[in-house]
Amino acid sequence: MTHKIDIKNLNLYYDEFHALKSVNMVVGEKNIIALIGPSGCGKSTLLRTINRMNDLIEGVRITGEVFLDGNNIYDPGMDLYELRKRVGMVFQRPNPFAKSVSENVAFGLRVAQFKNKKKIAEIVERSLRAAGLWDELKDKLNRPALDLPLYQQQRLCIARLLAVEPEVILMDEPCSALDPIATMKIEEMMVELKRNYNIIIVTHNMQQAARVSDLCGYMLLGEMIEFNKTSEIFTNPRDKRTQDYITGRFG
Amino acid sequence: MMKLFSEKSIKKALTVIAFSAIAALLLIVVFIILEGLPFIFKVGISDFLFSSEWEPQMGRFGIFPMIIGSLVVTLGSMIVGIPLALSGAIFLSEFVPRWAMRIIKPTIELLAGIPSVVYGFIGVMVLAPLIRDYLGGPGLSILAASIILGIMILPTILSISIDSLKAVPQSYREGAFALGATHWQTIHMAVLPAAKSGIIAGIILGLGRAIGETMAVIMVTGNAVILPKSPLYSVRTLTANIALEMGYATGMHRQSLFATGVILLIIIMVLNYTATIAIRRRVGKK
Repeated sequence: MTHKIDIKNLNLYYDEFHALKSVNMVVGEKNIIALIGPSGCGKSTLLRTINRMNDLIEGVRITGEVFLDGNNIYDPGMDLYELRKRVGMVFQRPNPFAKSVSENVAFGLRVAQFKNKKKIAEIVERSLRAAGLWDELKDKLNRPALDLPLYQQQRLCIARLLAVEPEVILMDEPCSALDPIATMKIEEMMVELKRNYNIIIVTHNMQQAARVSDLCGYMLLGEMIEFNKTSEIFTNPRDKRTQDYITGRFG
Repeated sequence: MMKLFSEKSIKKALTVIAFSAIAALLLIVVFIILEGLPFIFKVGISDFLFSSEWEPQMGRFGIFPMIIGSLVVTLGSMIVGIPLALSGAIFLSEFVPRWAMRIIKPTIELLAGIPSVVYGFIGVMVLAPLIRDYLGGPGLSILAASIILGIMILPTILSISIDSLKAVPQSYREGAFALGATHWQTIHMAVLPAAKSGIIAGIILGLGRAIGETMAVIMVTGNAVILPKSPLYSVRTLTANIALEMGYATGMHRQSLFATGVILLIIIMVLNYTATIAIRRRVGKK
């Protein structure tokens, strides 16, 4: 049986710096996976290998394999644009485009050359509903997205992803610019989205990992120290280093 | 105590200097208006602006051909300059590695430092003969002026456009790429809209420079006071009109040149005002 995502012996170098060391990770269907670890441990870098966002950075070299539904996304024949439609990403700081609310959500559709206006409007509404924004924003669809408060901007960025119906959603510390109440809303939304999507979230907030994730990976200095059920990681860590981190002795 | 005193006196000195700069500007504006405005009312606004007869010795002061001349030459320079500047800015900010940018951008900005008489000289010696030989007409023409001016305003538009493209946060590009956009889609759907107001401000500043340029324009337009029928015709611009005739103008004639200046001033003020609004809107968004 093929797994949704199967990372095999992945190494990544920024020029000389060895940022990911022989990482292995298997992700099944419809789970929330959290990646935790101290700053600079490579968790964001690992996340960005899954939709090949690291390709945008100069001096990055990658060895190993990342399979998505059994296909290695680092194969030379891989269609990057298709890949990124299947594996969407939410960033640390909300990054809506300098366009209206509805044009932000429709962005992925326009990229895919969608022309049917009625259909686009439908998808925009559906995506905003799924992101819990429809009631708040239905009268502001033509307002500039950058005028919205940050917590709405971040949910708009999620709505923007949902419009292209990705299979996997990568989230790179999506709540680090948000207050606790906004964070809670995003977490509720993640649990809701889990029914239809695979979510991988990078977080430096261990409580968040414990609250929302089914599986959890602890990374340190570019290595995947432990990858297991979240309940196991937090109650019964196998590795001494994981235990030190989750009990707050370090990190 | 001493410290406080020097603090206050520096503040006062700076205030005086700042105000004297503004005062000098104001005086110039007031002077031009006082010299020019009564003349405009004496001749009549519509006769001055919309009559095509410019014969100062005969008492005919119609600057319509010069207004048209200024506008078509400026428009032409925009048609030449904007596509070059925009494609250059997009190429340099999005496709060229950072180290190359560090060399190329100052070089472009150096272009702005070349005196306009040099541009004009090239226009007269190289461009005008080429146009005359291959396209006909006198050579010294709207077309020649458009090309020369287009190149002259290139550095202004290019460097402001590069700055505003570079000011677009990297996260916009990543956000677009993460939705499966190609490089070009990312540029025209995510980056350009975010940089738009800055680019517009750059274009308007370039426009101001084109409409105010005098030396190069005198050299390459041919300066005939006629309404042009094609880009190969000679024209005279408002600025050229002042520069060419001020040496021997007296009385009404002299006043008419100041009045030309008033019209020029109004056009440029409107342009600058629009530019300021465009820039402010950009800042307000952040």
